[in-house]
Amino acid sequence: MTLHTESFILNIGPSHPSTHGVFRMKATLEGEVLMDLEPVFGYLHRGIEKLCEERTYIGIFPLTDRLDYIASMSNNMAFAMSAEKLAGIKVPERAEYIRVIMAELQRIASHLVSVGSFLNDCGAFMTPFLYCLREREKILDLFDMVSGQRLTYNYVRIGGVNADLPDEFLPALNFFIEQMPLYVDEYDRLLKENEILLARTKGVGILPREMAINASTAGPVLRGSGVKWDLRKNDPYSVYDRFEFNVPTGENGDTYDRYRVRIEEIRESVKILKQAAAQIPAGPVMAPGLPRLIRLPIGEGYGSIEGPKGELGFYIVSDGSIAPYRCRIRAPSFLNLTALREMTIGWKIADAIITFGSIDICMGEVDR
Amino acid sequence: MTIALPVTEVTSKLNKELDAGIIDAKDNTILVKSGSLKELISFLKNTPGLDFDYLTDITSVDYWDYFELVYQLTSIKNNHKLTVKTRLAGRENITASSIVSIYKGADLQEREIHDLMGITFEGHPNMKPLILWEGFKGYPLRKDYL
Repeated sequence: MTLHTESFILNIGPSHPSTHGVFRMKATLEGEVLMDLEPVFGYLHRGIEKLCEERTYIGIFPLTDRLDYIASMSNNMAFAMSAEKLAGIKVPERAEYIRVIMAELQRIASHLVSVGSFLNDCGAFMTPFLYCLREREKILDLFDMVSGQRLTYNYVRIGGVNADLPDEFLPALNFFIEQMPLYVDEYDRLLKENEILLARTKGVGILPREMAINASTAGPVLRGSGVKWDLRKNDPYSVYDRFEFNVPTGENGDTYDRYRVRIEEIRESVKILKQAAAQIPAGPVMAPGLPRLIRLPIGEGYGSIEGPKGELGFYIVSDGSIAPYRCRIRAPSFLNLTALREMTIGWKIADAIITFGSIDICMGEVDR
Repeated sequence: MTIALPVTEVTSKLNKELDAGIIDAKDNTILVKSGSLKELISFLKNTPGLDFDYLTDITSVDYWDYFELVYQLTSIKNNHKLTVKTRLAGRENITASSIVSIYKGADLQEREIHDLMGITFEGHPNMKPLILWEGFKGYPLRKDYL
């Protein structure tokens, strides 16, 4: 006698602890195995691209803060750089260094949240997450010093940064640079050779190299699949060509590799911070002679940076007025989701959850 | 350094049929007739020496008289980039050819453009609303939508 079975549809989310925001996975299951998966989103759509058309350029910065709210500094920087590229504004050297310091601190903070919540999904419930948040807190303190904010900084401006570093910032940064590698070693001792973690993540949710490129994934997802592609190296912007650092890559494109890439990237970011803190020159932090109400010349341009989650780009079309005619945001979280279906089909629900966690998305950026 | 590829590198390699589809080519941007778009992008991806294997971004812009689609292409293999544009006239029932069969990365982006700008991509396997709910009236990113 054959047993009659049939597949069924299970909605995971939109409000579910493992979906990291309001994201819904419409999963077709046979028993515990995923036969099909459709990502459904839009629950956090605020129309930021449309809102940008009605704001002055300076008024767009608070909106960029609310894209990927785990990494606001990077968003600020990406928008400022795209606008500067279009207008041909030269940023003072000290401001470039400050931006690099902020971007790398932000990368560490974002990766810490990512790694922590990923381990949470794996079942290492809350302990590593709290360790990670402990270190992130120290970064937020540094951001608080320069911008007065802990989440939405609104610090970078077209032509430079909002304010110079306060006197206590660099000593605090140097202390952080000394401490951070020790913390990373601590995570590694706990987790690198943890049997359960390896069994859960090795060989799970494999994204092959060709598919990673073809599906336009970026950042740690792309590098986890063995593609050595990092805009800081491949298309150096700001002052990144002055620093020595490596681009860590994975081999198999599995969940473990994406996790490892993030851990290694934290170490590399600390290296960059160390060099930047030593080299930072004195001088102004804002380009001279910029009007309060900035008008970009008529034209269009695409500028992008390597954000913590991947290539973050802004395509700005200017008609010469005080607001952009069109402002398109190339959000890495959004594009990294393209590959989710291919990565999860054929795996069990529990594996799909950690595969999804290893992509590291932020819904503010996916829905915009 | 990712080199912005001069268009002459591309236009010198084109055959007659594809060449007829090019409206304008200067600096690092090619403007192509919408009918030849898919063919050109396929050519850019598969020609040795060009190897545009990575689709960075698709943007749509509403210029009242026409809609413009902007494709940012990158070659991870050769580390260069290029912009391809196409224009779609009119304001009702606008269609463009989908490039999902060439780049999987176009999937969600084309669905998003369909949602917000009202451009239908022919050949897309799943042209459903992505960001807005089913039954939403209007196309928010168009200039006549308030």
